[in-house]
Amino acid sequence: MHMHKFEKIWLTFGISCLVIFLAVIGVSAFYLGNKPPSCLTTVNPEKVDQTKPFDKPGLHKVEGKDWDYELVYVASAFSYNPAKVEVPLGAKVKVIATTKDVIHGFEMAGTNINMMLEPGYVSEYTTTFDKAGEYLIVCNEYCGAGHHLMSSMIEVVK
Amino acid sequence: MAKAELKTKQKTEVEDSSSLKGTLASVFLLGAFLIVTWAGVYYLFVDRF
Amino acid sequence: MVNSAAAKVKVDPRDAKLSMAHFFVAFSALALGGLMGLLQTLVRSGKWELPWGIDYYQILTVHGVLMGLVLTTFFIMGFQYAAVSRTTGGHSNAARRTGWIGFWVMLIGTLMAATMVLLKEASVLYTFYAPLKAHWIFYLGLTFVVVGSWLDGAAQIMTYARWRKNNPGQPSPLLSFMAVINTVMWIVATLGVAATVLFQLLPWSLGLVDTVDVLVSRTLFWYFGHPLVYFWLLPAYMCWYAIIPKIIGGKIFSDSLARLSFILFLLFSIPVGFHHQLTEPGIDPAWKFFQVILTFMVVIPSLMTAFSLFASFERYGRSKGATGLFGWFKVLPWGDARFIVPFIGMASFIPAGAGGLINASNQMDQVVHNTIWVTGHFHLTLATSVVLTFFGISYWLVPHLTGRKLTKAMNKLGIIQAWVWFIGMTFMSGAMHFQGLLGGPRRSAFSTYGGAKQAAEWIPYQVAQAVGGSILFLGIILVLIIFINLAFFAPKGEQEFPVAEAENPEEKAPMVFENWKLWLGITAALILFAYTIPFIDIIQNAPPGSKGFQTWSKW
Repeated sequence: MHMHKFEKIWLTFGISCLVIFLAVIGVSAFYLGNKPPSCLTTVNPEKVDQTKPFDKPGLHKVEGKDWDYELVYVASAFSYNPAKVEVPLGAKVKVIATTKDVIHGFEMAGTNINMMLEPGYVSEYTTTFDKAGEYLIVCNEYCGAGHHLMSSMIEVVK
Repeated sequence: MAKAELKTKQKTEVEDSSSLKGTLASVFLLGAFLIVTWAGVYYLFVDRF
Repeated sequence: MVNSAAAKVKVDPRDAKLSMAHFFVAFSALALGGLMGLLQTLVRSGKWELPWGIDYYQILTVHGVLMGLVLTTFFIMGFQYAAVSRTTGGHSNAARRTGWIGFWVMLIGTLMAATMVLLKEASVLYTFYAPLKAHWIFYLGLTFVVVGSWLDGAAQIMTYARWRKNNPGQPSPLLSFMAVINTVMWIVATLGVAATVLFQLLPWSLGLVDTVDVLVSRTLFWYFGHPLVYFWLLPAYMCWYAIIPKIIGGKIFSDSLARLSFILFLLFSIPVGFHHQLTEPGIDPAWKFFQVILTFMVVIPSLMTAFSLFASFERYGRSKGATGLFGWFKVLPWGDARFIVPFIGMASFIPAGAGGLINASNQMDQVVHNTIWVTGHFHLTLATSVVLTFFGISYWLVPHLTGRKLTKAMNKLGIIQAWVWFIGMTFMSGAMHFQGLLGGPRRSAFSTYGGAKQAAEWIPYQVAQAVGGSILFLGIILVLIIFINLAFFAPKGEQEFPVAEAENPEEKAPMVFENWKLWLGITAALILFAYTIPFIDIIQNAPPGSKGFQTWSKW
C-alpha cells in the first residue's frame, strides 16, 4: 500500500492538531478542574423532597468549603424550584440539581453551566459567577408538552 | 518481491509528472478552518463562567 | 475497481425492483418528514401556530423518525443493495428473497411506529429517552425496523460471501467491500439499541416490570447513536470515493487507502458513544475522556478522505491541462448534476466536521450541549452532506434502475435543487449555530421564556430558520418532482451506473483488508475496552429505577 508524500505531511499535521486539541482539553479538565459535570451521586427519585440538600432548594451560604454558596435546584415537569435567585457577583457557587420525574436539561444560557438532570442522579457544577447580569435557565432536553415553558432566572448582582 | 519494486518505481514516475500541490494547499486551508473554529469555541468556554 | 471487468455493468432488473421499492419508501418519508420540518420552523418563528390540536412535539417526533430513521435506512439499504448487485454481478435468489423479507419487515415496523405517533401515543422524539414511556407498539415497530435492516444487510453479505468464494485470493469490488463494512458496522451498532428496546423498554411499556434503569438505557442508545451517524455518512463516502471520480472522468486516487479508511470507520465509530453523554451525571469523567480520545481517532479517516477527494480532482484537472495551484478546480464538470449535487455535500462537510470536533471536545461540549447548535450541526452532516449526496446518487441510479435516462431538463433542475438546498441550509443551519452559541435550546416550541432578555435575542435567529426552512421545503418539492419524473416519466434509455477505477490498477489491495475475523476481533476488543468497566460501574452504582411518564399532550 502506497501513500503519497503530501498525504503523509497532511496526516502528520492533522493528527498533531488532534493531539494538541486533546492535550489542551485534557490539561484543562484534569489539572485545572474543568471536567464536565459528573457527580456520580445518586438519590431516590421518588424521595427527592425529603432528601438533603433537595429538601431546601435555593441559595445557601456555606462555611469551610472550597465554595461560598450552594445553589440547590429541584426540577420537575415543567418547572424549576426555585424560580428566581439573586447571586452576589464574584461568589464561588456549587450548583446542585436533580429531577423528580423525567430527564430535564439545566442550562444557564450564556455560561458553561449546562448539565443533564437524570432521575436518580445528582448533577453538580462549581464555578465563580464573575459577570453581572440576568441569566435565563432553560430546560434543553425534551421533557413533554410544557418543555419550552420550563425556565428559571438567576440575577448576578453587585 | 522484485516485481513489487518495479511497480513502486512506475508509480513514482507518475507522481512526478502530476503535481498534488493544489491538494496540499486545499487540505491545509481545511486544517486552518478546523483550528480557527475550534479555538473560537474554546475561547468562549474559557471566557464564560 | 480491479475486478470491474468481471462485473456486469447493469444492475439485474430483479435487484432493481427491490432497490426501487426502498426508494419509494425513502422519498415518501422525505415528503412527509420535510413538511413537518417546515411546520416546525414556522412554529418556532413565533408568527404561526399549528391548527387542529396538532402538537409541536408530535410533528418533531414525526420529522425525526422519518428523516433520521426511515429515509436514511431505506435509502441506504436500497443503494447498497444495488451497488453490491452492480459490482458482483447480481444477487442470488436466496439473497434477493432475504432482501425482500427485510424490506417488508422494515415497512411493517415503520407503519406500527408511525401509527402510534399519529395517535399521540409516542411523542417521545426519535431518541425515545426513558422514562418517557411510549406505547409498546412503538417500541415493537422500531424493533421490526432494526430486524428488517439486519435481513436487508444479510442479503448484501450473502452476495459478497458468494463473490469471495468464486474469486479466491481476489480483493472484492470496492463498492461491495464498502457496503459490507457499513452493514457490519450497522449490525454491531444496532445490538445496543436492540438490547435496550428488547430487555428494558418493551417489558416496561408492556407493564411486565415497573421501572427502568435510565442511564443503562441511554448508554445503550448512544452505543448505537454514534455509529448511526456513520451509517448515514459511509454511503455518501462510497459515492465520493468510488463513483464521483468516474463521473468527472478521473480515477480513484487510491483503492487501498479508501479501504483502509473504511476499516478505520468500522473500528472507531462504535466505542465513542460517551461523547454524546458528556454532561451526564452518572459517568466517570476519566471514561468520558477516554472515549473522547477514541472519537478523535475517527477523525483520521475523514482527514484521509479529504485528501483523496482533492487529489482525485486535481489529478483529473491536470490531465485536462489545468495549471497553477487551483486551476484544476475550474475544469471540474460544474454542469453535471451527478457531480455538483454531491460536491455541495462534500463542501458542507468542512463546517460540519469542524462543528463535530467542537461537540466532541469533552468540557467544551458545555458551551453547545443540547443547544440548537447541535441541530444546526446535524443539518449540515446528515441533512446536507449526506442527503445531497443521496439526491445526487438517485439522479442517475433511479433512471438506471427504471430503464430511463436523466434528461437535460432534469439535470438542470437537479443543479437548481442543490443550490436551493444550499441557500436554504445556509440560512437555517447558520442561524441555528449562532443561536446555539447564545444558548438557545434545541427541541423546543416557540417561547419567550417569561419575557427574558436572552430569549428575546434568540427570536431573530428563529425567524431566519423559518426563512431557511421554507427555502429547503422548496428544495424538497424539486427533489420529489425529479424523483417522480425519473421513476415514471423520463424517456426510456440506458443511464450509466458509474463505477470508477483506481489510478493504479496494478496496485492490488492487501488481502488483510478482507480478514473479517481480524477486524471484527479488534472492533469487539475496542468496544469491550471502552465500555466494560464504565458499564459495570453504571449498573453497580445505579439509583432506584424510574417508573414511566407520559408528559406529552394526548388527543
